[in-house]
Amino acid sequence: MGETGVFLVSVLGAAIQSGTPLLFAVLGTILVERSGVMNLGLEGLMLVGALAGFAAASVTSNLLLAILFAMMAGALLGLLHALFCVVLRINQVVSGLAITLLGSGITGLWGTRFAGTTAARFVPVKLPLLGDIPVLGQIFFGHDVLVYVALGLVPLLWFFLYRTRFGMNLRAVGEEPRAADSRGIDVYRVRFLYTIGGSAITALGGAYLSLAANSLWMDNLTAGRGWIAIALALFAGWDPVKALLGATLFGGISALGFHLQAFGVPVSPYLLKMLPYLLTIGVLALTSSERSRRKLGTPSSLGIPYSREERM
Amino acid sequence: MKLQLEKRLRLPRFAWFTVPLYSLAFAFGVMFFVLAFFYLGQEQAAGTAFSRSGFALVSLLSTPFSSWFGFFGSLTHMVPLALVALGLSVAYRVKAWNIGGEGQMYLGAMAATWGALFLFPGVSRPWVMLPLLCAMGLAGGAFWALLPALMKAFLRTDEIVVTLMLNYVALFWADFLVNGPWKNPAGFGFPGTASFGVSARFPTVFGGQLHTGFFLPLLVAVLLLLLQQKSAWGFRSRIVGDNPLAARYAGISVRRTGAMALLASGALSGLAGAVQMMGVQHSFQQGFSSGYGYTAIIVAWLARLNPLGILLVSFLFGGMQMGNSSLQMFHGVPSALTPTLQALLLFSLLGGESLSRFRIRWKKPGEVADHG
Repeated sequence: MGETGVFLVSVLGAAIQSGTPLLFAVLGTILVERSGVMNLGLEGLMLVGALAGFAAASVTSNLLLAILFAMMAGALLGLLHALFCVVLRINQVVSGLAITLLGSGITGLWGTRFAGTTAARFVPVKLPLLGDIPVLGQIFFGHDVLVYVALGLVPLLWFFLYRTRFGMNLRAVGEEPRAADSRGIDVYRVRFLYTIGGSAITALGGAYLSLAANSLWMDNLTAGRGWIAIALALFAGWDPVKALLGATLFGGISALGFHLQAFGVPVSPYLLKMLPYLLTIGVLALTSSERSRRKLGTPSSLGIPYSREERM
Repeated sequence: MKLQLEKRLRLPRFAWFTVPLYSLAFAFGVMFFVLAFFYLGQEQAAGTAFSRSGFALVSLLSTPFSSWFGFFGSLTHMVPLALVALGLSVAYRVKAWNIGGEGQMYLGAMAATWGALFLFPGVSRPWVMLPLLCAMGLAGGAFWALLPALMKAFLRTDEIVVTLMLNYVALFWADFLVNGPWKNPAGFGFPGTASFGVSARFPTVFGGQLHTGFFLPLLVAVLLLLLQQKSAWGFRSRIVGDNPLAARYAGISVRRTGAMALLASGALSGLAGAVQMMGVQHSFQQGFSSGYGYTAIIVAWLARLNPLGILLVSFLFGGMQMGNSSLQMFHGVPSALTPTLQALLLFSLLGGESLSRFRIRWKKPGEVADHG
């Protein structure tokens, strides 16, 4: 294997690793937005998950408990979003942004205590046998356990969305809530529950950053990954499998930046950082027609609050 | 038994006053405990933690009214907040969801810097230079809203994500500029441009405590108020905002109105950036904005898109920012205090208002909802 080969293998491995927090975040938000609730709170949810997970890990040194804590924190913030969007029918854009503001603010306050400390962390494990496969082993089978959890969630979620009754109900609520309601699906309950559950999964993306990718807490640890995940959901057309591709691609772009610089290739780091955002705009431009929207799978009622009593 | 929300037909008589009051009390109550928890985390005794939390909140609120220094400081912080929020309100009125205020502000600041340092550094008369740079800022902000506006008008693209993405593109572009071509050669490696000439700075009043750009948000607010009530444009956007279907029947292009509103709101955000350069910063640096573009969204919403309300809310929010920075300097309270409080305020005020329109009651199974 030449120098280029080594380079590619390490970039691809790093792409999967740095795609994992994005993957958790986007899978969570797919659940939320498939129910028709727009979710701009990802950055706040991830931050809350990151701090809650880290705090639990540093106090108890129990990683399972840390994960549980992170998900609970995310669910709590998701509950707030659900309460405001579904029950009180407040503008979902505004509520989502306020969730981000609240999450980043509260972690900035409470996190000062943990800044500069270390805690238990997930370490990469080379899987037996699979990890010894020459190239693939290095790329796929030498990660920490959370990476496999995220990868495992992809087919699980796909199956859930497209092959189960619950998934069908969820999609129906996001597409045509009135029709779903008349079929006996409780629109409010579906939106409420999936907003909470999805937020818990999104929070795991933050916890990945503070418990696996690094073992530290600092202010604004997510550094804009929540916003990238919002773009990613759209990029992937709210489909878990495409979300995996997108997360790896976006993760790969940031990994590539690091590695290219390490190899001394002259490339503007600023342009590389812009790339995911520009790509998203490009995809939007190409796919905004009514036909491709349908093909892309945008939930038709995304962002529109449902009220049983009012007609559109 | 099931919990049921029912619409109230009539609001209690003093609701307009009591509901916001309770909501404010609720937000500050929650914030009090959040902050006390922060102090407890700093290994302080419970009594100290609670009294410090109370002190911090009181000083945060009283900043604009406790001294002239605090008052003028709050006004200075208010200027960019109010300008961006006024701009956003134009877009939100026609339901064009511009959340790219931050990026448009960056572009306005960059355009003004470009003008001041590279295009016309020779202009020595302030009364030529200042309007020129304001125009640059307006153009820069509008330029950054052009792409989402065009995409909205011709491709029917949803503007939320596009404007959001452009925030980050602007941020990294600014990073590139201050670390590369625009870097001040005499800046000891610090990422920032050289300082503006004297002609490109707003003159100050009150012993240097306030720059004269502060009158711009007042001017814009009055202008918007007039336009909204007297002009055909204001009429059109009111119809589009209230009932897009009716607007279409009346021959008003909903998408074009939305796209124009996006451009206008971008221009005003750009002006905010330019004014911040000319009035406060005097050179372009990374992170000059501290999230004004996002806070302005909350401001616009809390003020219910009313121009005068925006002035008031942004003054109070500016005061909080000012108070937070002195708390940070002297008492080690992180700057995260302000966004937390602002988010809590938004949630409790909107939630309170919404809740007051309903009443909660237990519904027995089989009972038909009666509205009354």
